[in-house]
Amino acid sequence: MQEKIALTGNEAMALAMKQINPDVVAAYPITPATEIVQIFSDYVSNGLVKTEFVTVESEHSAMSATLGASASGVRAMTATSSQGLAFMWEVLYIAASYQLPIVMPVVNRALSGPINIHGDHSDTMGARDSGWLQIYSENTQEAYDNLIQAVRIAEHPDVLLPTMVMMDGFIISHAMENLEILSDQDVQKFVGEFKHHRPALLDLDNPITVGPLALYDYYMEFKRQQAEAMRTCKPVILQVAQEYAELTGRKYGLYEGYKLDDADLAIVVLSSTAGTAKVVVDELREQGVKAGLLKLRVFRPFPYEELAQALSGRKAIAVLDRADGFSAFGGALFNEIRSAMYDVKDRPLIVDYIFGLGGRDVNLDHIRKVYADLAEIAKTGQAAQLVSYLGVRE
Amino acid sequence: MSNLLTWKEVPKGAFLEKPGNAADYETGDWRSIKPVWIAENCIQCFRCWVYCPDAAIMTKDKKMIGIDYKHCKGCGICANECPAKPKALEMINESDSGDN
Repeated sequence: MQEKIALTGNEAMALAMKQINPDVVAAYPITPATEIVQIFSDYVSNGLVKTEFVTVESEHSAMSATLGASASGVRAMTATSSQGLAFMWEVLYIAASYQLPIVMPVVNRALSGPINIHGDHSDTMGARDSGWLQIYSENTQEAYDNLIQAVRIAEHPDVLLPTMVMMDGFIISHAMENLEILSDQDVQKFVGEFKHHRPALLDLDNPITVGPLALYDYYMEFKRQQAEAMRTCKPVILQVAQEYAELTGRKYGLYEGYKLDDADLAIVVLSSTAGTAKVVVDELREQGVKAGLLKLRVFRPFPYEELAQALSGRKAIAVLDRADGFSAFGGALFNEIRSAMYDVKDRPLIVDYIFGLGGRDVNLDHIRKVYADLAEIAKTGQAAQLVSYLGVRE
Repeated sequence: MSNLLTWKEVPKGAFLEKPGNAADYETGDWRSIKPVWIAENCIQCFRCWVYCPDAAIMTKDKKMIGIDYKHCKGCGICANECPAKPKALEMINESDSGDN
C-alpha cells in the first residue's frame, strides 16, 4: 500500500526515520538538515516512535552518542550537514572501524569558508575515505527510498558498515515534491527487527573490550577486515534494491543510466543535477544527438567494474564534480571514474567540470554547454581542457 | 608472528570477547637495552619491584626471581634504583645480550 503525498526532502527523511523507528537518535541541528531532527523530535514528543532522543551539545557528541548506542546493540541514527559532518570527522572513522551499522541522512552543503549554507558536495566528498557507505539521492523520492534501504544494507551481517544517505541542500531538502510513501507497517516489516551481531556490551558475566589498542601487530588485520566488508557489500546493496522494488515498484541499482546504452556523449553526475541533465538529454535526443547520462547512486563502495562497463563505448565523457578536490587535478568523482576507465579498450576522452559550488545554480544552458564541448571533443579527438569550472565568472 | 590472528580471524570491529588481555600483549620487543639480574648480589629489598613502571619484576614466594622480558621495555629504572653493592641489576645492550 503506497500513498502519494507532497513533502520536502527534509520532511521525507524525517518521515522515513519515523517509519524506521530507531531505538536511539542523538542529534544536533545544522542548516539545512535541522528540520530532519526537528520534525523527528516532534514524533518523539508525540509518542509516535519508541526512540530515545538524545539532545547533545555538538555533532562530535551526536556521533559519539550514536556510536555508543549502536555498540550497545540497538538501531541508532543521527542526521547532519556540512560543518556538522566535519565536526563528526574523527568519530566517523571510529564508527566505521567498529563496523557499526549506523544510518545517517546527510544534507549536502558547502564547507566553510567563506561561510555558505547552500548545497555542494564538499562535505561528504571529504568523508569519502572514512569507511562509510555513501548513497546519493536525486530527489525527495530517492532520499526517502534510499534511507529505508540503507538500514537493511548497513545491518546486513555481510556488511555491518555505517551508511550515509545524501540529498542536495535546499534544492531537495527544502523543495516540495510529490512522492510515494509506504505505510509504517510496510517499512517496519521491510527493515525488520534489529539484530546485534556482536557480544553484548553490558553483560557483567561476559565482559568485553570495545575500542582496544591495536598497534603494528594487529591494526592492519582490522583494517583489512574492514576493507573486505566494503569490497564485498555490492551484492547486498543490489539484493536489498531488488526486495525494495518488489515492495514499491521502484528500481534502484548502483547507478542509473539514462539513455546511456547507445550514447556517444555522456555526463556522469551525482544527485539533483541529474534531473536537470536528463532534460537536456531528452532535448538533444530530439535533435538526433546521441546524448546520455550516468547518475551514480552508490559512491562508496565505488562500483568501478560496473561503471567501466556502462561507460565503455562512449566517445566522450564529462564528469561533473560538485566539490573541488584541490589537488590541481579535478574532483574526486572525475579521478575515480577516470581510473575505472583505464582498463577499458579504446577508452573515451574524459574531462571534468567543477560546478555548483556553494549552491551556484546549474541550469539547462550549463549542461547544454557541456554536451556541446563533448561533441567537439568527440569530433576532434582532443580535449582543450582537462578540468574546467562551469558557471564561474572568468 | 605465527601465533597472531589473521584478518579473517580477528573479531569483527575489534569487539574483544577476552577483555583484560594486556598481559598477553607482549611489549618486550620495544627494548634496546635490557636489565640483567645477578642473583648472588640481590638483597631482596624489592625496590625494583616497587619502581618498575610496568609489572616486569617477577616474584615467587615473596622473593624476586627475575625479569619478565616479554613485558620489560628496558627503561633502566630498576637498575638505577637497585641499592645493592655491587648492583644486582645491570643494563646491557640488547645487541650484546646474545638473544634474538
